[in-house]
Amino acid sequence: MPVVVAEDVRKSFGSLTVLDGVSLSVSEGELIAVIGRSGSGKSTFLRCLNGLETPDSGQIIVAGHALAPGEEALRALRQDVGMVFQSYNLFPHLTVGKNIELAPRLVKKIGKAEAADIARSVLAEVGLAEKYDAFPEQLSGGQQQRVAIARSLAMRPKVMLFDEVTSALDPELTGEVLKVMEGLSRSGMTMLLVTHEMAFARKAASRVVYFHQGRIHEQGPPEEFFGAPKTPELQQFLGAVL
Amino acid sequence: MIRSFGPAEFTFLVEAARWTVLLSLLAFIGGGVIGMVVALMRVSRNAMLRNIAAGWISVVQGTPVLIVLFLVFYGLPFLGLRFPPLVAAALGMTVYASAFLGDIWRGCIEAVPRQQWEAASSLALKPAQRMIYVVLPQAVRLAVPPTVGFMVQIVKNTSVASIIGFVELTRAGTLMNNVTFQPFWVFGSVALLYFAMCWPLSVMSQRLERRLHAGRRS
Repeated sequence: MPVVVAEDVRKSFGSLTVLDGVSLSVSEGELIAVIGRSGSGKSTFLRCLNGLETPDSGQIIVAGHALAPGEEALRALRQDVGMVFQSYNLFPHLTVGKNIELAPRLVKKIGKAEAADIARSVLAEVGLAEKYDAFPEQLSGGQQQRVAIARSLAMRPKVMLFDEVTSALDPELTGEVLKVMEGLSRSGMTMLLVTHEMAFARKAASRVVYFHQGRIHEQGPPEEFFGAPKTPELQQFLGAVL
Repeated sequence: MIRSFGPAEFTFLVEAARWTVLLSLLAFIGGGVIGMVVALMRVSRNAMLRNIAAGWISVVQGTPVLIVLFLVFYGLPFLGLRFPPLVAAALGMTVYASAFLGDIWRGCIEAVPRQQWEAASSLALKPAQRMIYVVLPQAVRLAVPPTVGFMVQIVKNTSVASIIGFVELTRAGTLMNNVTFQPFWVFGSVALLYFAMCWPLSVMSQRLERRLHAGRRS
């Protein structure tokens, strides 16, 4: 049974059509790499999946929650869907530990000691156990992004969304973040990531999806997708980025 | 008999300055509490609350403090509300401070990047939790320098309370001038005492601002 189902999702900003009927079904444990030019709608689609953007029409079901308007429904969905952003978006006034413990404590009403245990265990998972008491500004970009991943993991999500999470990083720091993501995928996490890291998509993705003018233009397993692109648009795109 | 302006007269001014301090504190506390409500209404998702707050800010900011004070002291008795000068002055200053602080703090709340809201939303926090645990702590940091700066305005503007007969520093100065006829020394001393109250605040505001910017650079 698919964990993510999107059915004919449409979204416009004013007269600009950003999503022009996107349908996608993702099975448990898949790693979907979403690629495409900027403005092709890939980020907007990802943001629709956890309700940061509201589609004009179409249906979205993530981890068993149908996307519906209203705070309550959205919060139920977001408890099962983690999101990691390009700009990390850690809370600068809180330590790494507190950043991670905030949502489990407030949303899941977990006690202080247990939340701290969770924080330490997810930090260990991203290889930053020793940074529990540090403030975000004391960390490198790559470390901040790994903390952001740990913060999402602490909610024990069923699906994780990654929105260009390495785009703001210096090249020498992207590797540590991608390694964490690869490990997550291997442990069975269902993941969708918008990315420009073609090598990573090729190596780690179970499926690659190409967005073009608000639609999924072509998709397939990485060997096929990169090895023998069918449409001229994808051929041209890959020719430009590879 | 005409007195001359000596240490006893100066002490009288200093004692009156204590009322200026008290009135400033009352205005700051009252204006702070209501200003917080105004700021939160101004950034609320409810359009009616937003409009009420916006209306309050523009009306009060577009009215001289003196007129607000006249309204409270002379106007409200017609509605059966009669206040002693200190209370009337505190109320008038509260109204004045609430609009300015409300507007300053709205700006600080809005200056917290949208991505912080999004991150908090994505973690399934409730709207109030996002505000209390994520946005306000960051807004407060931004708000400290302009808030301290505005306290200088409050201290100086308490002088209008002299018009409704409240004996604070300015009123004490006019009284003392009437008995000494030494306006240079009297009002020079008054100015000095205001400066002594405001200057530390100005310095603190500048220091805090520098520290905030230093924090951003790192």
